[in-house]
Amino acid sequence: MSPSVRLQEMIRVIRSARTQGEERGIIQRECADIRAQFRQGDNGERSHSLAKLLYVHMLGYPAHFGQMECVRLIASPRYNEKRMGYLGAMMLLDEKQDASLLITNSIKNDLSHSSQYVQSLALCTLACMGSAEMCRDLAPEIERLLRASNSYIKKKATLCAVHIIRKVPELAELFIPAARSLLSEKNHGVLHGAVVLITELCARNPDTLDQFRKAVPELVQIMKGLVTSSYSPEHNVAGISDPFLQVRILRLLRILGHNNDTASDAMNDLLAQVATNTDSSKTAGSAVLYETVLTIMDINSESGLRVLAVNILGRFLLNNDRNIRYISMTSLQKIVQTDHNAVQRHRGTIVDCLKDQDTSVKRRALDLSLALVSAVNIRSMMKELLIFLSTCPLELRSQTASGIFNAAERYSPSKRWHIDTILHVLTTAGGDVRDETVPNLIQLITTASELHCYTVHKLYRALVKDISQQSLVQVACWCIGEYGDLLLKGECEEIEPVQVTEDDVLEALETVLQSHMSSPATRGFALTATMKLSTRITDNVDRIRSIVSIYGSCIDLELQQRAVEYNALFKKYDHMRAAVLERMPVMDKNSPGHTNGDTSGEIKEPDPSKPKPVEAGLLSEPASQVCDLLDLLGGTDTPLQPKPAPTITPTTTSSADLLDLLGGLEPIPVPTVTVYEKNGLSLKTQCDKQTETDVTVTLIASNSTQSDITNFTLQAAVPKSVQLQMKAPSGNVIPAHGLGQVTQTVLLNNPNKVSLKMRIRVSYSHQGAVHQDTVQIDSFPSLGWNCQPSINPL
Amino acid sequence: MVNKQGQTRLSKYYEQVELGKRAALEADMVRGCLARRKEECSFVEYKDYKLVYRQYAALFIVVGITENENELSIYELVHNFVEVLDKYFSRVGLTLQLQVVMFKSEKR
Repeated sequence: MSPSVRLQEMIRVIRSARTQGEERGIIQRECADIRAQFRQGDNGERSHSLAKLLYVHMLGYPAHFGQMECVRLIASPRYNEKRMGYLGAMMLLDEKQDASLLITNSIKNDLSHSSQYVQSLALCTLACMGSAEMCRDLAPEIERLLRASNSYIKKKATLCAVHIIRKVPELAELFIPAARSLLSEKNHGVLHGAVVLITELCARNPDTLDQFRKAVPELVQIMKGLVTSSYSPEHNVAGISDPFLQVRILRLLRILGHNNDTASDAMNDLLAQVATNTDSSKTAGSAVLYETVLTIMDINSESGLRVLAVNILGRFLLNNDRNIRYISMTSLQKIVQTDHNAVQRHRGTIVDCLKDQDTSVKRRALDLSLALVSAVNIRSMMKELLIFLSTCPLELRSQTASGIFNAAERYSPSKRWHIDTILHVLTTAGGDVRDETVPNLIQLITTASELHCYTVHKLYRALVKDISQQSLVQVACWCIGEYGDLLLKGECEEIEPVQVTEDDVLEALETVLQSHMSSPATRGFALTATMKLSTRITDNVDRIRSIVSIYGSCIDLELQQRAVEYNALFKKYDHMRAAVLERMPVMDKNSPGHTNGDTSGEIKEPDPSKPKPVEAGLLSEPASQVCDLLDLLGGTDTPLQPKPAPTITPTTTSSADLLDLLGGLEPIPVPTVTVYEKNGLSLKTQCDKQTETDVTVTLIASNSTQSDITNFTLQAAVPKSVQLQMKAPSGNVIPAHGLGQVTQTVLLNNPNKVSLKMRIRVSYSHQGAVHQDTVQIDSFPSLGWNCQPSINPL
Repeated sequence: MVNKQGQTRLSKYYEQVELGKRAALEADMVRGCLARRKEECSFVEYKDYKLVYRQYAALFIVVGITENENELSIYELVHNFVEVLDKYFSRVGLTLQLQVVMFKSEKR
């Protein structure tokens, strides 16, 4: 049996294996065969065995024992074996294997071989798996081959050069002159390779960009030739002459024209011509048009051209082919920031794409729709988005919900509409919204005081219908607690009146309390609401007392604590109950990191409103009485805070909240550390904000000498992987006697999470003399509430 | 290239990926592509790459590309590639086909 048949036979046998185990058995037998073959030494069968081994490797089985055989085969004079050896090298060897070093010499010899096929084999292998040392050794050879007369070799050599540049960027200068001359080739293969090479060169080094900008006219010529040429059978793909080369050239033009006016001007005509002449009925044409659009958007093109580009994208949107719709939306997403109006024209089509079958298309359409929302079209867009929310796939729900909230916040035409929208979202997708939606919504409701009646009615109805959506239930409970009296009054201009009795309300709240669907946070809300109602309603106070006392022995600590405190309010502090449970004042909208700052915000608000002094007074008195029960949380000011309940209940919040509960109502002052003190000039650092990868540090300089310090400048240096951004200093004169300070904020971005070090050089003039000094700050803590850099003055 | 059952028929890596990780990576990608229905488009977002896939009878060809590559042109390239293989396949034996596959992939 001739060996090549055996390869095919082996493949047939493997594919006929019915189970994975059977296949593994066959493969093992074959591998044993192959290994025996290799050990036998030189006969005509080696290449065939290697071929079989490579097939086995493609299927995913280990084939490392073939590596030495590859090396041997490469060195063989026979073309068959050489070819198989190189193929094996490309598949089995990579720079981590030791055997790869052994073939360097063979490659070197083969690069100067008389047969072009052998040369090309060597070039391909080098381009595929050449390590940095191999590349460095052989780069001059490659450069020589770039000037060879044979276009077959030139093509391979250019691709090899691309690989070399990727591996060893310093060798780039070697190839620049050759690359330039290659642009005048006729052969498309070589041209394509040359364009790739130039793209790679420009990407690595911005200086080469300037050099190659001079080649723009040449590139424009080539493109023109391609676009206007008649049918050329060897390069034709679906009616377009070599679309792959066209796309490559367009991409290179994009890189060259980016941020450069002269180059962009030279390209304008060409781009217009390509855009109008290319036939987009087939995908190949659309690919070229797409690349043209991307290029137009990226360079400094004139506005007519940009409009043309957006129109092309709009045409794509109406195309039947899903792929084309998808990419047009992707590119519209990129340009919606800059050319907002142009994209608005296609809003209708984009919104229709929300209903498409494909998830990727839907996701893109969602992103675009959210970007296109503006004050003008908010109502209609919101309608569409809400319909989308009810039908959209699960993975897009939370994104849609948060997008809707953002849009509603920015552009809502009226408070009532805003509240309606949020309620709608909560009823449809309450489980997928983020946690801070609840306090945000509550804050919004408190500000819309004329709508309290309306809101509470709506929420009550929603609550009665369905108590499974936690966020909705939480908001509803809070509102019923606050505005229960409005609910019970029964009348409201905007909804048909429904008579709600106190029993109904308490019934609803009790259901929430007892339902197994309610989370502990929700139960907390419900309990507090029940308590608040004790001052708002008149008849069923006893019922409330009994509910509250039942939960005094609840297993859940939070509920138990609340129940006990409320009980205390009923018994010992009944006289204070009314004051404690009064309506909450309107909350300030603080930044997201400050959800619990609401607590402190209220106490510190400058305009005094009645509950506050009462609150502050109350806190100290009963605190001592109930503190034996409060050792659980340790803080003595945690009790008797039914008002800020909504901000404390989400116990899933960050450590910031917990620390606030423990440490009191004042925010912890951020410590400053002195890093440098000499000659009366002292430099302090203060860490303001910290996340996993970003640190914001403020440097404060002050002067305790008799005379001013002028021309004060700071320079900072950080380790390589850290990015440093220094904001403008507050000034460069530090007044004497510590009367003033100069501050400068520094932003550090530390994506690799290396240990942060910073070296700061200060230079200033003092009493006529110029001083300079350097300080090194050695470590900032990677995590932690307190920021204490350790210092090492040089 | 994978078949309908998800078995890899051919894989080509342009960056170094360890052998052990390759199988897991391929399985993951393929799972994403095979699960797509006919009406869905051929571009999938996967981690920080994009996958362009095309189905030819029982064979799926999946290409992973970076963010700034033109997806449509890769789509066309895949088709071109298959056409070329088609022309060769009918005439030459299997061993040479492997060669052709390798050499064609070089030309990105």
